[in-house]
Amino acid sequence: MWDYSDKVKEHFFQPRNAGVLADANGVGDVGSISCGDALRLMLKVEPETDIILDAHFQTFGCGSAIASSSALTEMIKGKTLDEALKVSNQDIADYLDGLPPEKMHCSVMGREALQAAVANYRGEVWADDHEEGALVCKCFAIDAVLIEDTIRANNLSSVQDVTNYTKAGGGCSSCHEGIEEILAKVMTERGESFKPGAAPKEEVSASGMTNLQRIRKIEAVLESVRPQLRRDGGDIELVDVDGKTIYVNMTGACAGCQMEALTLQGIQQKLMEELKEFIKIVPTKVSSLTRAMKG
Amino acid sequence: MTGIYFDNNATTRVDPAVVEAMLPYFTEQFGNPSSMHSFGNKVGLAIKKARMQVQELLGAEFDSEIIFTSCGTESDSTALISALKAQPERKEIITTTVEHPAILTLCTWLEKDGYKVHYLKVDGKGRLDLDEYKKLLSDQVAVVSVMWANNETGTFFPVVEMAELAHAAGAMFHTDAVQAVGKVPLNLKDTKIDMLSVSGHKLHAPKGIGVLYLKRGVRFRPLLRGGHQERGRRAGTENTTSIVGLGKAAEMAMEAMAYENTEVARLRDKLEVGILAKVPRSFVTGNPDDRLPNTSNIAFEFIEGEAILLLLNKFGIAASSGSACTSGSLEPSHVMRAMGIPYTAAHGTVRFSLSRYSTEAEVDRVIQVVPEIIAQLRKLSPYWDGDGPAAEPEKAFAPTYA
Repeated sequence: MWDYSDKVKEHFFQPRNAGVLADANGVGDVGSISCGDALRLMLKVEPETDIILDAHFQTFGCGSAIASSSALTEMIKGKTLDEALKVSNQDIADYLDGLPPEKMHCSVMGREALQAAVANYRGEVWADDHEEGALVCKCFAIDAVLIEDTIRANNLSSVQDVTNYTKAGGGCSSCHEGIEEILAKVMTERGESFKPGAAPKEEVSASGMTNLQRIRKIEAVLESVRPQLRRDGGDIELVDVDGKTIYVNMTGACAGCQMEALTLQGIQQKLMEELKEFIKIVPTKVSSLTRAMKG
Repeated sequence: MTGIYFDNNATTRVDPAVVEAMLPYFTEQFGNPSSMHSFGNKVGLAIKKARMQVQELLGAEFDSEIIFTSCGTESDSTALISALKAQPERKEIITTTVEHPAILTLCTWLEKDGYKVHYLKVDGKGRLDLDEYKKLLSDQVAVVSVMWANNETGTFFPVVEMAELAHAAGAMFHTDAVQAVGKVPLNLKDTKIDMLSVSGHKLHAPKGIGVLYLKRGVRFRPLLRGGHQERGRRAGTENTTSIVGLGKAAEMAMEAMAYENTEVARLRDKLEVGILAKVPRSFVTGNPDDRLPNTSNIAFEFIEGEAILLLLNKFGIAASSGSACTSGSLEPSHVMRAMGIPYTAAHGTVRFSLSRYSTEAEVDRVIQVVPEIIAQLRKLSPYWDGDGPAAEPEKAFAPTYA
């Protein structure tokens, strides 16, 4: 059974604004091919102000599709069209206290219905610009279409490449067989064959920086989080950089703190974003090491 | 735990009598049946008894035809891979489009190794075309694997007849019978079935125990190699407690066989008739004239299965669905699609599977609750309008798919 948040359950069991809105002047009908769900969003917009006076929905879909639709209508009521269009699918998921990775497409469908309904009100036709595939990497919610397109666009040839470019496979690694299959397919198309042992496209650094540039960048990131740590009476220092592993030392109140693993994960994420490559942050103290691994 | 459990094709409750039979083998009788001392000997005798209990349930000629495995999936993999290894000159497999993933995923994987797999199609009621099957049989076919009863609809396949046809072509015949064993009287000694898979937890034994029936004389290549357990055909220390449990469960299934096929079938029929009478635009999938006595699969048009299950769960009712969303996969059930059920109905299929523990009061309660739930969800559906589907539903709502 899905691990739905209480908020999702609440919006599913007591959906807000369900049913036909008789005097709607903007209607968006969209569906998600990836699970057959579909949604009609109906808006009543005040022409003078562009304010959404009322919003209703009808949904053919699962629990999270109904909850996402319900949440969306609540979020956009009272907003102007331009304000409403700023609502992203992540905002919908956040409003519901999160959705399982397999169900994120439900929030995407909500966002698309909004775009379609606004376009309909403005007398335009909304055209969809993305395609969704089967979920491959459950840790980072990356689907097959994105992986395939990325491999094709960048001439990738190893699982490590795919992880560097898309994050897929960078977590529990159970999806590596699936990634290899996509690699094999695309590589066959371009007349190559997939070799499991092949070196990643960019051996040392996906970001193309020299070692010194890289270390400076890492220090800059650590520097940027330092004020936060110090506020809690702790600190972090860089110990060593060995390829993709970055060793740090947590000091002060941070050492042995129950939130240490979480803190490190956050810093790791930030480092990956800045360096644009997949790295692992490892605390040098044994106690924190085991905790970080569990995290 | 209270609640109405109508999901017995997924798994069953272990019968308390089965648990009782198992308990001594965790503590007092903990020996390894391979050991020479008396700790081991008594356990060895208990396994022998369980083997005979399973033999009886399957109607096998010899108790040595029963190989204990860890699950139905292991039995399936062992059977198919053995048939290919034993007959390397034969490179083809025949199976059906509606098998369990234990067979289908294995076949997809074998295709990568160069084997040719033929998937038999089914008609709108989930039935096979035996002429199509006969045409595919040749001296290239190593093994035919066809399920005895479909897990989603309960529909039977004519496996006894298909085994004879396979033999005439010199091919081996395997059947995944995990849904049928314990619900259908079996007499394997009078059939040409070479191999058959059993799963303990479908018949009130624990999870983690299965059986591969292997007819005497059928050429065999073990999957797990190592010790001499199961006469060298399945290495690995025996799961003694679960084997004892499965033996007891097999004995009890024999005793309950008539009840399953009369009383359980009656309750299932009552449930089905009751729901169909109260819910418009709903229909039974599969072949109602030839199916398991405990299974009813009903499609509710224009709504989605996961939403139905979540609401049923709120009323303490457990069932399962063929919708894509319940599995996290992209497509609704491959079984529903193979039968040509339209998307707007396939997504709304719900499987009710009863057991000998199901009661009349439970059936009455479900008949009462289901129509309310369906009506509630249809109110949210863009394909629905008031008391019936929107006029020309596919035109009334034709979303842009992304």
